[in-house]
Amino acid sequence: MNGAREEADRAAIGKKSAEIIVAALFFAVGALVMYDSQRLGSTWGGDGPQPGYFPFYVALIICASSVINIVRALMIRADKDSAFVMRGQLKLVLAVLIPTALYAAAITWIGIYVASILFIGYFMRRLGKYPWWKVVAVSIGTAVVLYLIFEVWFLVPLPKGPLESLLGLD
Amino acid sequence: MAEIQSLMHGFGVALTLTNLLLMFTGVTLGVIIGVLPGLGGANGVAILLPLTFSMAQTPGGATSAIILLSCIYWGALFGGAITSILFNIPGEPWSVATTFDGFPLAQNGRAGAALTAAFTSSFFGAFVAVLVITFLSPVIAGFALEFGPPEFFSVYLLTFCAFIGTSKEPAFKTLAAMMLGFALAAVGTDPVTGTLRLTFGSTRLLTGFDFLVAVIGLFGIGEILLTLEEGLAFKGASAKLNLNVVLQTWKELPRYWMTSLRSAAVGCFMGIVPGGATPASFMSYGVARRFSPDGERFGTGKVEGVVAPETAAHAAGTSALLPMITLGVPGSPTAAVLLGGLMIWGLQPGPLLFVEQKDFVWGLIASMYLGNIAGLIVVLTCVPLFAAILRVPFSVIAPIIMVVCAIGAYTVHNAIFDVWMMVVFGILGYLFKKLQYPLAPLVLAIVLGDSAEASFRQAMLVSQGDMRIFFSNTLVGFLTTLALLLLLWPLLSWSLAKIRRTSA
Amino acid sequence: MTRFVPAAAMLAAALAAAPAVHAWEPTKSIEFIIPAGTGGGADQMARAIQGIVAKHGLMHQSLLPINKAGGAGAEGFLDVKSAKGDPHKIIITLSNLFTTPLATGVPFNWRDLTPVQMLALDNFVLWVNAKTPYKTPKDYVEAAKKAGPGKFKMGGTGAKQEDQIITAAIEQRTGAKFTYIPFKGGGAVATQLVGGHVDSTVNNPIEAVAQWRAGNLRPLCVFDLKRLPYKQKVTKDMAWGDIPVCKDAGLDVDYLMLRGIFMPPGVSQDQVQYYIDLFKKVMATPEWQKLMEDGAFNRTALVGKEYADWVAKEEARHVSLMKAAGFMAGGGK
Repeated sequence: MNGAREEADRAAIGKKSAEIIVAALFFAVGALVMYDSQRLGSTWGGDGPQPGYFPFYVALIICASSVINIVRALMIRADKDSAFVMRGQLKLVLAVLIPTALYAAAITWIGIYVASILFIGYFMRRLGKYPWWKVVAVSIGTAVVLYLIFEVWFLVPLPKGPLESLLGLD
Repeated sequence: MAEIQSLMHGFGVALTLTNLLLMFTGVTLGVIIGVLPGLGGANGVAILLPLTFSMAQTPGGATSAIILLSCIYWGALFGGAITSILFNIPGEPWSVATTFDGFPLAQNGRAGAALTAAFTSSFFGAFVAVLVITFLSPVIAGFALEFGPPEFFSVYLLTFCAFIGTSKEPAFKTLAAMMLGFALAAVGTDPVTGTLRLTFGSTRLLTGFDFLVAVIGLFGIGEILLTLEEGLAFKGASAKLNLNVVLQTWKELPRYWMTSLRSAAVGCFMGIVPGGATPASFMSYGVARRFSPDGERFGTGKVEGVVAPETAAHAAGTSALLPMITLGVPGSPTAAVLLGGLMIWGLQPGPLLFVEQKDFVWGLIASMYLGNIAGLIVVLTCVPLFAAILRVPFSVIAPIIMVVCAIGAYTVHNAIFDVWMMVVFGILGYLFKKLQYPLAPLVLAIVLGDSAEASFRQAMLVSQGDMRIFFSNTLVGFLTTLALLLLLWPLLSWSLAKIRRTSA
Repeated sequence: MTRFVPAAAMLAAALAAAPAVHAWEPTKSIEFIIPAGTGGGADQMARAIQGIVAKHGLMHQSLLPINKAGGAGAEGFLDVKSAKGDPHKIIITLSNLFTTPLATGVPFNWRDLTPVQMLALDNFVLWVNAKTPYKTPKDYVEAAKKAGPGKFKMGGTGAKQEDQIITAAIEQRTGAKFTYIPFKGGGAVATQLVGGHVDSTVNNPIEAVAQWRAGNLRPLCVFDLKRLPYKQKVTKDMAWGDIPVCKDAGLDVDYLMLRGIFMPPGVSQDQVQYYIDLFKKVMATPEWQKLMEDGAFNRTALVGKEYADWVAKEEARHVSLMKAAGFMAGGGK
């Protein structure tokens, strides 16, 4: 018990590493944009800037700022480095983030309604520890309300899957 | 006063039982639309457009039709603030600036106050704008004609300069975040040459990064992830839930009369130009933060920080109907659909509409007064109801919010790809917030980047690459100078203070 | 609502003329894709059609307009192209059917879709500010030549789309050189002309008519092949039919924009026929007649092979115009 708590309170990632990773990501995006801007023409033409002019300089500033941000992160001394996220926190965040990603991916196959029912159900059962009848009532109820609002009242078609075609709702 | 007479006539046209019923229906629908990020005002108006088509062919029906549609528009303007304040998720682009202080207020347990302030200011902004339309429209209708590409660019520049400059986050992180926003805004079709930029041959990137997808992810999903770290609860859940909060907030509001008036003026200006409600809200927030004695503490949950953007957004949204009916230039996507409606019903927006369709125009103006009053009544009575949503346990409301967000992201382009992008933006929002990369400049750049670049390059086409065009007449020169002054304001006030100190 | 007695009779006649039972009928809502933003010409027409269909109950299922404007409309076309065999999807086109794939290199062509029905052709008019002295297109082009290349500014909607192509065609014919400035919507373009920020536009009739009637703009000529048939006075002394044809007025350029309906590839003839019958009914309604007249449309409405031939001819013309103007993707300037 005590060990588990200590485990949860340990830093998963240090702030220094997080700073460097994010700044490096910025740099990569900047470099990518600069590369494509060059292709489009990034000079000041006869009648004003070319299509790539603004993106090029915008990306240049991104790269320059991220270099400064990396350097500043590198200057954080190891003993001054604080935790970016604790293991326990990260576990909670991932416990939501991974299902969310799966949810987004599942929409393609099973449609947004079924995916939403499963997602809300998982969330309530796993994190909220609700009894099954509440889980079923809220998740299916939400899907039905959303169906009524979007498909019936506002005529906005949302992605559907095999279940809806089985029920003849698409 | 001919205007008063016309207006009274307008009230006569608008004040029928059917029309009043339509007003409340429209406003309620509009609020729902404003709350759900998947339904924009443009959606709602567009869906009902064909219904109004047969309405418009009965006598007086065109007025009823536009009352229904414009009330949806008012409702959506009101409703956008609700999710911004409660969950940090702006339902509409012009409510982004409302999150800056509205959400912290809700976290401090003052959701009711924030909602009341937002609704009341919206009403005030709209009211000022309708007064302007009623009495000054002949004078200002032509004002939009003065605006060519350089003038538009200077307005966008003014928005940026008013908003940035006083960021508390590290300068190079602010810079990187803002530039990332510009880069994201550039993805898609180049507005001037029509070539594809930064799509890397992918057809999914053709549509670019929509503002709404980015905002839902960065603010909404990012916030939920952050909240999770703290445990499974929204802060501020113990909000008081009765209508007294409305009265108490009303007592506080007169203190911000200066901010209200200034924001209403900014909003009216941006609506008439038409620059749009979104830049108006950012500009007004930026200006209020600079000139309020409390400006330092903006962003921590100040009622004044809700008043400023909401007043301006609603004033701009309302006054934008003036260039729409007199020039046929829509100030927002919703206005564009309304405009399409006018044409489908056989009414030609233009300078002559005021002369030829008196009943219709004055009926519309009268309905702006009535519709906004109807809106205020609807949303204020619902304040306790909205605030009560915060009492729903986190593990129930959070997945529902995420589902609604996913639907919102999907409906922007009917693309599942955008739902994936929303998740990516959510992770970015979480990382940025923790590492002090500011989100507001990033979002502002996504919203305005495209238009600002387009008008800059249009201006360069006009002047054949000569930068002096931004000082070529009094109007554009004034706007550009004002923008630069605002940008350099911190520097100026610092040196002024220094001079004063040395001379003392 | 039944005030249009003669019109209703006409509609009844049209209804009677159509076969009572279709070989195919839609079984769910039909997505009506608009490859352009909300509020534009294509959007308005699609929503008017939706309104007409709903009002007269021409269909058991509903018609859902969906805007897919990304990448100059490529988003919408790609969506329909990939919905092979789906009979519950139709798309309304504008000139970006040709210009977008040519200018951006996005892989689609009208041959990837199934042509259904040409609804009408949209006209273009050469407009100048009423305060300027130009009375004929010749005056104007001469003045533009005299001022020197690039001095006169032509405002238009979008980049490398119909407005810019007409501008390029004028340049290729006359040797005058304009600076083309792209704006976001037709209303904004007309306002820029009234405000004197550009020298001329080639706005569609409906986009500029209000300013014409208010005496702020002057039409010089229409880019149709013959005079418009609309005789009713629009301003105090002029009807659409009084505007000379550009060809006759010394500017040998003509251009009409397709407003037509396509379906995804791989649909059956019965399914196409259903929509042809549907649009026949739509076009017989008084509301449609009024829409055509208000917008001064050219009312050519082709189906079948004639339609496909027209589109093929128009595509070839766009290729040659855009090649000459240097608008092709990858070609640079």
